Amino acid sequence: MGNQAQHAVSHDEHAHAGEHSHHGNYVKIYLILLVLLVISILGPEIGIRWVTLITAFGIAVVKAYMVAKNFMHITFAPRYVAYLVGTCLIFMLLFFAGTAPDVMKFSGTNWQKPAWEAAHAEAAHGGGAAAHGESAHH
Amino acid sequence: MSARPIATTRSAAGMPTGRLAVWWVIASEIVIFGGLLGSYVMFRLSHDSFASDAANTNMYIGAFNTWVLLTSSLFAVLGHKAAEEGNGPKAARMLWLTVGGGAVFLLVKTYEWYEKIHHGHTLSSSTFFSFYYTAAGLHALHVIAGMIIMLFVANTARKNLELHRVELIGIYWHFVDVVWIFLFPLLYIAK
Amino acid sequence: MATAPVTHHDAHGHGHHEESWFVHYFWSTDHKMIAKQYMFTGMAMALIGGFFAYCFRMQIAFPGIDVPGFGVVSPNEYNHLITNHGAIMIFWVAMPVLIAAFGNYLIPLMIGCDDMVFPKLNRLSYQIFLLSIVVLIASFFVPGGGFAGAWTMYPPLSAKPEYGLTPLGASLFVTAVALEFVAFLMGGINFVTTAMNSRAPGMRMYDIPMVVWMIVIASILFMASVGPLVAGAVMLLFDQNLGTAFFNPDKGGDPVLWQHLFWFFGHPEVYVVLLPTVGIVAEIITVFARKKLFAYRTVLYTAFGTGVLSFMVWAHHQFIAGIDPRMANIFTITTLLISIPIAEMMFVYIATLYGGAITLTTPMLWALSFIATFLVGGVTGIFLGASGADIYLHDTYFVLAHFHYTFFPIAIIGTFAGLSYWFPKMFGRMMNETLGKIHFWGTIIPFNCIFIPLFVLGAAGEHRRIFDYTNFSELARPELRQLDQFATISLLVMLGFQVLFLFNLFYSLFWGPKAEKNPWKANTLEWTADSPPPHGNWPELPRVYRGPYEYSVPGRDQDYWPQNAQN
Repeated sequence: MGNQAQHAVSHDEHAHAGEHSHHGNYVKIYLILLVLLVISILGPEIGIRWVTLITAFGIAVVKAYMVAKNFMHITFAPRYVAYLVGTCLIFMLLFFAGTAPDVMKFSGTNWQKPAWEAAHAEAAHGGGAAAHGESAHH
Repeated sequence: MSARPIATTRSAAGMPTGRLAVWWVIASEIVIFGGLLGSYVMFRLSHDSFASDAANTNMYIGAFNTWVLLTSSLFAVLGHKAAEEGNGPKAARMLWLTVGGGAVFLLVKTYEWYEKIHHGHTLSSSTFFSFYYTAAGLHALHVIAGMIIMLFVANTARKNLELHRVELIGIYWHFVDVVWIFLFPLLYIAK
Repeated sequence: MATAPVTHHDAHGHGHHEESWFVHYFWSTDHKMIAKQYMFTGMAMALIGGFFAYCFRMQIAFPGIDVPGFGVVSPNEYNHLITNHGAIMIFWVAMPVLIAAFGNYLIPLMIGCDDMVFPKLNRLSYQIFLLSIVVLIASFFVPGGGFAGAWTMYPPLSAKPEYGLTPLGASLFVTAVALEFVAFLMGGINFVTTAMNSRAPGMRMYDIPMVVWMIVIASILFMASVGPLVAGAVMLLFDQNLGTAFFNPDKGGDPVLWQHLFWFFGHPEVYVVLLPTVGIVAEIITVFARKKLFAYRTVLYTAFGTGVLSFMVWAHHQFIAGIDPRMANIFTITTLLISIPIAEMMFVYIATLYGGAITLTTPMLWALSFIATFLVGGVTGIFLGASGADIYLHDTYFVLAHFHYTFFPIAIIGTFAGLSYWFPKMFGRMMNETLGKIHFWGTIIPFNCIFIPLFVLGAAGEHRRIFDYTNFSELARPELRQLDQFATISLLVMLGFQVLFLFNLFYSLFWGPKAEKNPWKANTLEWTADSPPPHGNWPELPRVYRGPYEYSVPGRDQDYWPQNAQN
């Protein structure tokens, strides 16, 4: 294992030395990112909800991956770095999965939010809705 | 004050110590932003009032700022390339350009917030705007911290010293960029 | 030869003689000095936390009594005392002593390098930690008094001053906790990076002493779990001071969100402080049983498994908070699952002891008592992890006794075990064994006398956080009151025996017999350095040839085989 560790070091140095050829053209990556940005702005113009979601969040994921891969060189780092980042992201999904069933509800077995619901119902039926305009019903 | 300990120069894990530590910083930052944005998404999906509040954000300002940060990230990575080639002064110039990008970002953000507050959308006017200011504010703090560190790094890099730091601050800056890449659709596009 | 670096170091010190005292004790970047700073700060905070426990236990047992040294406890002071007792013991005693002090001291010495990888960051981490204490203690003296809404800071009690009655104290409390997190994030990054990158040549993954592994895993757990609570602390501060409503249901916020943010950190936090103690115990029982650690790799994988599982159990703290009952089912299952790896670790330790040549020194007594008391804590957790039983037992003294049966072994027994074991290395002198054993029995017997009655009280329905039981006729029955008084008197006895420990500590510090390099005949690298090690630890950094637990290897003259010995 000691040898293996040494091996890993030399392997990394090796990879580092060869990095220039792997890096590709940063300006090219940048231009691709800009094209993706334009698409994500144009997405909502079509006005279909699921298209907007894909152009907004799908492209955000692609952009983040491109930045991580090409600018942060996560793929040239030892593999545990990607596992580390991935684990943290999975923990956040866990947090969301465990919390959302409670937070995304307005009442439970033994509790309610009467004051907020009353205020909210007023806003929805009264002058509040008019003030928010048509976008409220998107 | 004193020379680095021998411990710092070892790399049994196959990566220079500084870069390893930056990745751990990023891992711990992921969960900070993850907790905040996760909470935001739960509210956003379940509260109708969030949709009407979100309609008040200006997508074009957000898009402009995304472009600014992407451009500054390009400068940061070009600075890393220059540092790898041993060209300290060029790396420092690239870092200054990156800091400039951060400054433009903050100016635009200031204008945007000024306009929002002017229209009565303050931190406490609704939960959506509470999240809007808290998330973007936490991100802006990271931008400011990155700019300050980058000025120090550029100052030593200019003299061809500690060139490995250019890469380290670059990785952090790209992370700040990635956070904004997610904040942009969350706060500005999805309405 | 070994003295050469010492004289060099002294000569260096004489260079700045005017400032050297301050620099040496307060501005040092040496990991050993920072470890001692954390150790003594943590123990000083333990005195404050213990004093608070004394005050409110007196009030519980003898309502309205003029508590000697404090005075009559008012209802809000009572809440303030229990809140800060909990917070201090976890954030300012268990964390700094177990992770920061032992981590700082042991990681570089046990993996054979000269310091932490980022010594200045290390110093900054301690300074921020100290600042958090200043903020916390300042909060006790502001108008309205210190925060009194329980260490879990549930809103709306923590968010609205009209409920919590501590407008400024609550904000300072949250700020102090947030600062403490920042300090430990810095420390954690330092620990993990050092352990990953700076191992001695020849030290393979499975040659790393278990306590180093455990502190590293604990640091990783801390870093991966604390984020949502950092965000939550910012949101809570905004709720308190800037009029936001993240946790205010009247304006569309959600108080249960805070509970999730808190316990998503709060449960892994249990394992953050547990694992270092599990590691300390592993070191001690192998040395004093003169046996190889049973199933090293299994323990290691189990620790990683525990770490991952600990992220999936947090909502068992909220079974009666109105969470979705279907989620309560899932969290019951994961909670019962996590008892498996912990039980397995305990069995592994018992298997390590089996057939060993056991010497009952003071550290060994502490280590064995950890296994015994933590088992009680773990077994009573099964009742609480099952959501059905928890509905009855929640917020009774049963819960309180359960988590004291886990946290007392973790924080107090773990500290005493580690300190009495590494004291010769840290300070170059031996502690008094007889006093140590008297202190051990004088702590462990009253400890059980405090908390076994509380299990009974909790099962009888006595509720926590009640200022004066005489107001509740069904809880003020004489047989229950007598148990409470018995527990309080046991606490007084236990606190009294701590004086003996302090005497032993400070007497040994200055006048104890000089310690040799390796008084326990242990294998790990720290015992090959001088006692205490000089700045830089070794004249020449060691090389490692074998694992840390090669005791009683057949065919060797000595029953130990140091990691750095070539043959």
